Amino acid sequence: MDLLIFLILFPLIAAILMLLLPNGEIRDAIVKIAALIIAVSSVYLFIETFGKGISYVTIGSETVGMAILLCELVVAIFIIAISLKFRKYIVAALAIVQTAILVYAEEFASVETGFLNELFVDEFSVIMALIIGIIGSLICVYSVGYMKGYHEKHADVKDNRKLFFFVMFLFLSAMFGVVFSNHIVWLFFFWEITTLCSFLLIGYAMDEIAWKNAFWALLLNTIGGVGFSGAILFILVYSGNGDFIYLNNLIAAGPVFAMIPAALIAFAGLTKSAQMPFSSWLVGAMVAPTPVSALLHSSTMVKAGVYVIVRFAPIFELSYIGVLISLVGGVTFLLASAIAIGQSNAKKVLAYSTIANLGLVVACAGIGTQEAVWAAILLIIFHAVAKSLLFLAVGSVEHQKKSRDIEDMSGLISTMPKVAVMMLIGIAGMFLAPFGMLISKWATIHAFVNALPPFGMLLIAMIAYGSGITVFFWAKWMGKLIEVKKKSSPLKKEATSPEMFTLYCLTGLTVITCLLFPLISGFMIEPYIVEVYNGTVSQLLSLNNMLIMLMMLVLILLLPLSLGHFSKGRTVVGQYMGARPGVSGVSFAGSMGVTKEVELSNYYMEEFFGEEKLSKTGVILTIILLIVFAAVIILNLPGMVM
Amino acid sequence: MTFEFFTNSSFIGAVLFILFAPLIGGIVMGIDRKITARMQGRVGPPVLQPIYDILKLFEKENMVVYESQNFWILSYLIFIVVTGVLFFAGSDILLVIFALTLAHVFLILGAYSTGSPYAHVGAERELIQLMAVEPMIIIAAVGLYQVTNSFDTAGIIQSTFAPVIVLPGIFLGMVYILTMKLRKSPFDLSTSHHAHQELVKGLTTEFSGSTLGMTEIAHLYELVFLLGFLFLFFGTAAPLIGIAVILIVYFLEVFVDNATSRVKWQFALKSCWIVTAVLGVLNLLALYLI
Repeated sequence: MDLLIFLILFPLIAAILMLLLPNGEIRDAIVKIAALIIAVSSVYLFIETFGKGISYVTIGSETVGMAILLCELVVAIFIIAISLKFRKYIVAALAIVQTAILVYAEEFASVETGFLNELFVDEFSVIMALIIGIIGSLICVYSVGYMKGYHEKHADVKDNRKLFFFVMFLFLSAMFGVVFSNHIVWLFFFWEITTLCSFLLIGYAMDEIAWKNAFWALLLNTIGGVGFSGAILFILVYSGNGDFIYLNNLIAAGPVFAMIPAALIAFAGLTKSAQMPFSSWLVGAMVAPTPVSALLHSSTMVKAGVYVIVRFAPIFELSYIGVLISLVGGVTFLLASAIAIGQSNAKKVLAYSTIANLGLVVACAGIGTQEAVWAAILLIIFHAVAKSLLFLAVGSVEHQKKSRDIEDMSGLISTMPKVAVMMLIGIAGMFLAPFGMLISKWATIHAFVNALPPFGMLLIAMIAYGSGITVFFWAKWMGKLIEVKKKSSPLKKEATSPEMFTLYCLTGLTVITCLLFPLISGFMIEPYIVEVYNGTVSQLLSLNNMLIMLMMLVLILLLPLSLGHFSKGRTVVGQYMGARPGVSGVSFAGSMGVTKEVELSNYYMEEFFGEEKLSKTGVILTIILLIVFAAVIILNLPGMVM
Repeated sequence: MTFEFFTNSSFIGAVLFILFAPLIGGIVMGIDRKITARMQGRVGPPVLQPIYDILKLFEKENMVVYESQNFWILSYLIFIVVTGVLFFAGSDILLVIFALTLAHVFLILGAYSTGSPYAHVGAERELIQLMAVEPMIIIAAVGLYQVTNSFDTAGIIQSTFAPVIVLPGIFLGMVYILTMKLRKSPFDLSTSHHAHQELVKGLTTEFSGSTLGMTEIAHLYELVFLLGFLFLFFGTAAPLIGIAVILIVYFLEVFVDNATSRVKWQFALKSCWIVTAVLGVLNLLALYLI
């Protein structure tokens, strides 16, 4: 399986090329070619491994192992140095602690680990690889067009596109590393690279607020990093079995041996997937150029966080640690959704919705039953596709309208019809039946009812309220897009051609993944679950229900045909304006001969859904949950240490 | 029994719903108007008047602000029918709920698409109503599952005892939000059959003729579906009691409709959520104690 190594190394080579090439057509062409190669190879990996279950790759070289450890030290030194330079002493201190733990663990390891099966690939890895390979590279293509416009509009930002594309491709490389690593130290190495990449991308504009948010992201992720290195320390020094440094052995060992490291790594996952109380870094990350947000939210970074939690899901089944993780996810889902109601900034709405959806994934993973894991993986897939589409569509609108405010998107269907329709499809994909996310939410409810009582019911309550809230903030956005006060002619060119190409592809993917989801489930997710849970998989969603969903989807795709029928034989009149004569269009005649144009604006209900109040509540609740979480781990420690 | 698609019983249920729901709904509405009239000291229209009204709407001139608004309303009607069909065919109740939400989102988008100030406020308020009732409906579905061990309505209805016995809180919660679903006072925030001044007709301000006709038909279908949902709490274990209770509940709705005045959305949202938490969530948790 040289393909795995290729997928990790090729983006790395492309990244280094980006550092060398100057801005211009050649670089742009190479970005596109490299993106194409990455996408094609990830599809090839899918074909190559199809139906083969899990397979391992042994590199078996002490040198490579040492090299990875050395690189890890270099990354740590870089983080410590830059933190000291910007006087972020806490970040530096945490990075030092994390590195010290790692070095100590390697130095005083009480067990032999050897080098065997360092990499692996199974259906779950392939799903993740497809997400990274296809969506990640599409975002790179989009960046080609977007970043050019970005620098024309932000003359004050230093044009550092060489570094930008370097980090973008490095990010993809690291993500492939994360999903293919079986050796936990390697996994941690790639994990740290993604932290570093996101730090560099968030700080891209290099102004005060960019640095501030970048360091905030770095700080919260280093807290997770300390947890992760704690897991490695535990395995190497206290577990008494070197085999556990490999993911497959650790998971197979079951909760008795794996609970502590699994919990610590899941804690790191919570920070990376921006769960409360750590969610603020992802909201702050929106200062970065839009493709960066799309990348962080859909195919990389946060997905690495949920990936590790879902990997360890079987360990959490029916345990209190698992329930606590689920509750953190559930609280995050509910409160982040509620905060999204009060936001009019499109990117902020998207950010909070990402946090909320990841909360749902985490909640499922914490439950850890077959059904829950099935729902979690589906959520990851559908969310990645629809969310990248939405971010990029917002980015293109922002370029035209000079605003990312949803209120300024009023009547977008009339001025930018293509982008608006794609945005509508993306939003529908986030919350409406029969689109993707809804299928997952449905499965989630099925999964929660069978969870450890009575916590399952608590989660049900959270999802019930959260689901109503989700409908509210998405539907009012959709409404804004189609609300046309007065017809106007559409723009000739809505966005640059790389941007439009990416948007078309992602829209297609949003619909196709919904159409193909029974196949994705049957050939990818179910085999993985059978493998992990050693046995037959129970009927997760009956064939009948899948058929109904498909029929509903086809119906929705057919309904626009009725537009042709409705365009004939109608009398077109203006909106009813209180029966006031003598005014034209959407305006009221005021006193003294003044004509008042009507302004329509959505409800934000800030007295109920204020960001500050709800965030504070969420942070306090989740911190309490995490304190209990820590207590449970500590209480379990004596019995676990060998 | 689990739900099988295209089996005889589910097929018959679906066809009966499509054919007769508008008629039954129309008659219920007619009786509703009769009772309302009597409460107000009037004689009231014939029982079939709601149906005559709808038929008349289709004779009217087709007036629109934008042609596209009809597309949203047609989609609304179709998905309300789909909701009912899935329900009466015995399908997964969560799927039914999601189809209902989808249908309502279509209606709201139809209102938005007109760009009218009155319809806009109506659409916002309808969204608030949607958000207010959704938690209770999902909790009701989960409650019914806990009792009957089935998410399929075909399985739920065959419960050996009436689920309402252990789900009294959830049933009352459903009755509370039913007022909102039926667009009855005090929760007729987004649009109403009564004359309220500040919103004109709210959500449906810009719909006339056949477009308005479609929303009215959808309302009849939805009415029958909602009453069917309440019936699940009794099922085949106590069908007669079920019908009797539903009649009483409906009479109470009419009474409340005539006895109260419209509340603000803040109260509507808060009260629905609190009722859901107290009656719904606590009822769910209590299931573990018994």
